[in-house]
Amino acid sequence: MIENSLVEQTLSIALENGGDFAELFAEDVERSSVNLDDGRIENLASSRDRGVGLRVLNGESIGFAHTADLSEAGLAAAAKAASQAARVNGGAKQPEALGGQDVSPAPVAIRPETIGKADKVSLVQAADASARSHSGSISQVSARYADTRRRIQVANTDGVNGNDDQTRTLFAVSAVASGDAGLQTGYESVGLSMGFELFQKYDVAELAANAATRAVTKLSARPAPSGSMPVVIGPGSGGVLFHEACGHGLEADLVNKGASAFAGKVGQKVASELVTIVDDGTMADEWGRYAIDDEGQPAGSNVLIKDGILMDYMWDGIRARAEGRASSGNGRRQSYRHLPMVRMTNTYLGQGEQDPADIIAGVDYGVYVAKLGGGQVNTASGDFVFGMTEAYLIEGGKITAPLREGQLIGNGPRVLQLIDAVGNDFEMGPPGTCGKDGQGVPVGDGVPTLRVTELTIGGTAA
Amino acid sequence: MKPEELLSLAQQLVERAEPGEQIEVACAAGQSTTVRVYEGDVESFTSASSAGAGVRVIREGREGFASAGSLDLDVLLGTLADARDNSTFAEADEWAGVAEPDGVAAVDIDLWNDLESVTADDKIKIAIDIERRVRESDSRITGVRTAAYGDSSEAFALASTSGITATTRATGSSVSVQALAADGERTQTGYSWDAARHPSHLDSDFVVERARSQATDLLGSTKPESGKVSLVLEPRLAATIIGVTAGMLSGDRVLKGRTPFADRIGEQVAAPGLTFADNPTDPESLGADTHDGEGLACRHNSLVTDGVLDGYFYDAYTARRAGVSSTGSAARGTRGLPSPGVLALSIGAGSDGSMEDIISKTDFGVLVFSLAGLHSGVNAISGDFSVGVEGRMIRNGELAEAISECTVASTLQRMLLDIERIGSDRTHLPSGVAAPTLVVGDVSLSGA
Repeated sequence: MIENSLVEQTLSIALENGGDFAELFAEDVERSSVNLDDGRIENLASSRDRGVGLRVLNGESIGFAHTADLSEAGLAAAAKAASQAARVNGGAKQPEALGGQDVSPAPVAIRPETIGKADKVSLVQAADASARSHSGSISQVSARYADTRRRIQVANTDGVNGNDDQTRTLFAVSAVASGDAGLQTGYESVGLSMGFELFQKYDVAELAANAATRAVTKLSARPAPSGSMPVVIGPGSGGVLFHEACGHGLEADLVNKGASAFAGKVGQKVASELVTIVDDGTMADEWGRYAIDDEGQPAGSNVLIKDGILMDYMWDGIRARAEGRASSGNGRRQSYRHLPMVRMTNTYLGQGEQDPADIIAGVDYGVYVAKLGGGQVNTASGDFVFGMTEAYLIEGGKITAPLREGQLIGNGPRVLQLIDAVGNDFEMGPPGTCGKDGQGVPVGDGVPTLRVTELTIGGTAA
Repeated sequence: MKPEELLSLAQQLVERAEPGEQIEVACAAGQSTTVRVYEGDVESFTSASSAGAGVRVIREGREGFASAGSLDLDVLLGTLADARDNSTFAEADEWAGVAEPDGVAAVDIDLWNDLESVTADDKIKIAIDIERRVRESDSRITGVRTAAYGDSSEAFALASTSGITATTRATGSSVSVQALAADGERTQTGYSWDAARHPSHLDSDFVVERARSQATDLLGSTKPESGKVSLVLEPRLAATIIGVTAGMLSGDRVLKGRTPFADRIGEQVAAPGLTFADNPTDPESLGADTHDGEGLACRHNSLVTDGVLDGYFYDAYTARRAGVSSTGSAARGTRGLPSPGVLALSIGAGSDGSMEDIISKTDFGVLVFSLAGLHSGVNAISGDFSVGVEGRMIRNGELAEAISECTVASTLQRMLLDIERIGSDRTHLPSGVAAPTLVVGDVSLSGA
């Protein structure tokens, strides 16, 4: 994106008045999307966003500036602004020569920009037709197609010099069902780090039918129960449980600030021995995968918890540098306008051995959560919540009545200890966007069926 | 860049409209700084300038949109070409179009406070002082996860082929802090923030005390028994709940059947005594503005009066489709299309006194400190409501034990009708909302 000579010149300017480290992060993002709502194509939008973020480290203080002006003068001005913001105090430093890169961007079979807009339009129309024909109760449908191509370049005064080319394609459909008891909603989404070949793997009409079924089923749903009980989490979307329950608490920046319930516990048993949790930025095609992170480090496959024992936290460059170790390839940022920090990639709880049917059969009265929505965690206390978007009562070991939406609440460190069954039906869940300190990044998660002996269900039924 | 320069740039694009074509261009440019401090030192100092434009084109009823993060004329011409291209794939829509001038005059509000005189050192000092004061406020405070100061100034201009032009400029500053408190095993957090158009108006005493009390008051908290309670919501949280509900009165949701409040104008949808409106013309609100995102004058829009639904809010498109006039409620940035939004929610005061008066009149309830999972636990279409809650129990008019790891649930429709008390303590909040304390009865508390 930016010639090596100009990169070197800009990094030199960034350090010419002092500082320990400087980094240039260039980004070029092209997006295209088609939105259908209320039976019509509401809009086709496209955007292009290019810019550079410059970071100067002075001790433990970071100065940061960004610019959309990629000219020599624009980069020099941003480098000076970053140096000034870092409040450096004299002593120029000579950057290391820029090195090379060992990892390559993921291949894309069908580049979305080679597909005509009319083909993208027909996808959302097919979803609309499918959801509406599914049931007379479906009163509204919206569908969205979106693709993103994000090219990045990261170079720093330690000699790191990497490029990545990340393509992500997403399809989502949302249905509203209308009945005597009001409105209910159903949602389905798929997204992978690939191009238009996504639609060789998924049939949009089937996705739409799933969303419609979810909405219609909830029309006759009863209020969720209220109180503590056993909960069986279905495969796939249940991964958000671990994203919230322990993933955030294992981010080294939060651990360092005493804002994690997992601080000081490496080597200790923090979970049931059935629990192995991995954060893997290298998982082919998954939503949270990349070749290099936004600090130029290759993505890693990092075992966080193995058989219940806490193995390690996730690290970005700043925390790794401060503690004299290597980054785990988890330094990510929303865009060139943002500073990187420790973020998850694809976080999952690994395959177990039990038959999912046996796991459900072992519950006399509880809740089966087939699909989870988003969640939120307070990493310091470990308390987390997440929304059930498709759930059923379990009575006498069998899945019975559908339940209306409600929230689950639990305490991460405690819930990890309370997992007493893990199934052999591992799946990755739908694409997610993880928010932290105002920045959103794409993440994946996944789980097999599993059982928690006690979680609080936030319903209204006594 | 000055608003007038942005306007001239926008007009240069609008002038390129071909016969029968409508064009609307929104341009924005601004500066911002963010300072984060940790343990008395600067953790990061971000100095940023931003610029961008969004171009909307309507040809033969087909709408296309494109945006760019640049104000370079060549880039903008490319963006206009993209928007035109996008429009050819949209379906023709008889109501598509830019806003038409409606003769409503904009209020004269000055949203600008010069930030030039605030130095980098001043900004750092504000954040460091807040962090230090929170650390020193209580022996149970073990740390501060983050303390930050931020400010921004932005100019905005909009022009369209219907002859609308609008310019605004605004400044803002904010301070935020998250305190950590511990006794024994558990750590609790307390978050607090304030905002103002100029840093000299930030209330640091309030921010420090609130972060301290929220974190320390939760120490020793337990999971409560499940049951029905009254929720006591201080103005900030009352604003959150009514804000979600007000969003359900969007003209877009009404037209598309995505709200339980469609076709209910004139009905009693809330307890008598509850009145709320969108009022961006109130200069005291930080949400105040002169123009909406399509260049129409902002105005006072009554939504619910004494519990009766008065109306919905619309942008130009949804208004045309519904056969009414735009309420000047288009919300947008330059990166997206306008859509109806509440700009400055204003909830009327009641007569039930202060928070203390209200607690003393509550037999069995929860004084809420914070709500968690609003994005995943509130469904604005069905109205289902279930969120995590931290706070203190109220028994027989007295504050009792702290509680956490529990949820409260109801439906938004019921919660409006179940409002039992409305405080006399209406305040302007940093979010731009004005709200009193509210008490919502008959809510399910789920815990042990």
